[in-house]
Amino acid sequence: MTTRPWARHVVLCLVGALMMYPLLWLLSSSVKPGATVFTQPGLWPESWDLTNYPAGWVALEHPFSLYLANSLVIVVLSIVGNLISCSLAAYGFARLRFTGRRLFFTLMLGTMMLPGHVLLVPQYVVFAKLGWLNTYYPLLVPNFLATNAFYIFLMVQFMRALPTELDDAARIDGCGPFRTFWKIIMPLSLPAFATTAIFTFISVWNEFFGPLLYLTDSELYTVPLALRQFVDSEGQSAWGQMFAMSFVSLAPVIGFFIAGQKYLVKGIATTGLK
Amino acid sequence: MSVLQQTPVAVPAPAPRKRYRRQDRSGYLFLLPWFAGMLFTIIPFFASLYLAFTDYNLLNPPEWIGLANFREMLADERLMRSLRVTVIYTVVSVPLSLAAALGVAMVLQQGIRGLPVYRAIFYLPSLLGSSVAVVILWRYLFGVDGVINKGLAWFGITGPAWTTDPSHALTTLIILHVWTFGSPMVIFLAGLRQIPAAYYEAAAVDGAGPWRRFRSVTLPLLSPIIFFNLVQSLIASLQTFTQGFVMSGGTGGPADSTLFYNLYLYLRGFTQFDMGYASAMAWVLFVLIALLTAVNFLAARWWVFYDD
Repeated sequence: MTTRPWARHVVLCLVGALMMYPLLWLLSSSVKPGATVFTQPGLWPESWDLTNYPAGWVALEHPFSLYLANSLVIVVLSIVGNLISCSLAAYGFARLRFTGRRLFFTLMLGTMMLPGHVLLVPQYVVFAKLGWLNTYYPLLVPNFLATNAFYIFLMVQFMRALPTELDDAARIDGCGPFRTFWKIIMPLSLPAFATTAIFTFISVWNEFFGPLLYLTDSELYTVPLALRQFVDSEGQSAWGQMFAMSFVSLAPVIGFFIAGQKYLVKGIATTGLK
Repeated sequence: MSVLQQTPVAVPAPAPRKRYRRQDRSGYLFLLPWFAGMLFTIIPFFASLYLAFTDYNLLNPPEWIGLANFREMLADERLMRSLRVTVIYTVVSVPLSLAAALGVAMVLQQGIRGLPVYRAIFYLPSLLGSSVAVVILWRYLFGVDGVINKGLAWFGITGPAWTTDPSHALTTLIILHVWTFGSPMVIFLAGLRQIPAAYYEAAAVDGAGPWRRFRSVTLPLLSPIIFFNLVQSLIASLQTFTQGFVMSGGTGGPADSTLFYNLYLYLRGFTQFDMGYASAMAWVLFVLIALLTAVNFLAARWWVFYDD
């Protein structure tokens, strides 16, 4: 299919403009006076209202910085948990030979296909019995226990591609499995670590269901839960503020995306190719 | 190779066995967090199967009621509506988004200047699609006097009240889903790169036109990846929650038109505390997804083609 390059550019630009329009509209609405959001059709504001950001920041029960800080704590700890527990499991699966490895590996792949809602009710009951409701434990502890098989699989794929001579050489030099992991395999797997970290960041930052289920005090709320309050209150003139805070909530994801695009694209492409 | 294995001279048998044992301990140590995590998976898995046959409100101990939950499900009109919403959403939006993903990937594949920029523009929305901010955004884009209706008015069309009219509310969420075609697109793009250019050249020499080359070279060689994307998208789409919740303010309205199955499960389990009923619902969806995936894998024998 050899269409002319300019024709392709025209098609891609049109589709691209359509894809970007909603986000640009959000950005533009966040700097328009609330009452004019729906009356001024153009993307370029006729009059600017930069007070939407400071006003939106304090419009909810707590200042938005608190929600951002809460989300950040959960995201950072989730990344740390996933990186430690998933890389350990991945090294075991990818580089060590032990009894039952195949069986466990199949089981791990099986959990990747298992829809989360099947486990929902009993997990909630367990967390309730442990007294963990309305704390961050239900959102964090699973990440330290390698429950996200997708990341294990991603790292296994990466570690398997490293030459086995590395392990042999390390063993001859007297390294046990832990030193081999720490000094050789882990440093070489940094791209897979980066992919896992970025994917964890984006999915945990966006996550709505877990916090909705487990957090009840508004001072523990994450950004998505806070945003939802804007919809519930639905003040006529607060549109500009709502869009401003919506944009604040998307900005870190967009930033991480721009910074880590290479790893993201590679990560998602390799999972599909097996 | 078989001859070599049959000569029992070179290596004494017990030696590798012993080394294997020694690696057992470190293997299990590395898997220790994962083993602990599996407890959080396997035990709830069976517990939820048990709870599906009980009446349980979290305060009193679960009471065994046999098949009563499942019988109630059959007569539950809201459940049937939620199943319908979920199925319509999936059947419409998954093929549309995969077609868009494949189409754009093929245009990008032809070696175009500025590929990373285009790829970034198309991929970004799929990272934001499930966030609350974007669903809020959608609510207002499709509002009665939102941008979409302003645009339609430009062409002399009076747009409907997208978000408050039960016959259009789901359409807006389908459009949102299609907007996130970027992540299957990236996978398609990587797959298209694996197809050797020589195949296309050979087909062209044999006089195959663009459509013929697409059908006879691209589709069969890409079929494992189409299959992967299809299974992934179906499973994800059947579990949609946030979009329906935020769009409707947690109700699934208007008139249950955005009441996704998982949203109804949430309402029954965690606002009415019908934990037994919610477990039964979870298992029905789980079995449906498993059946669908199995059917997919069986059907794949007919159309998925592996090169080697």
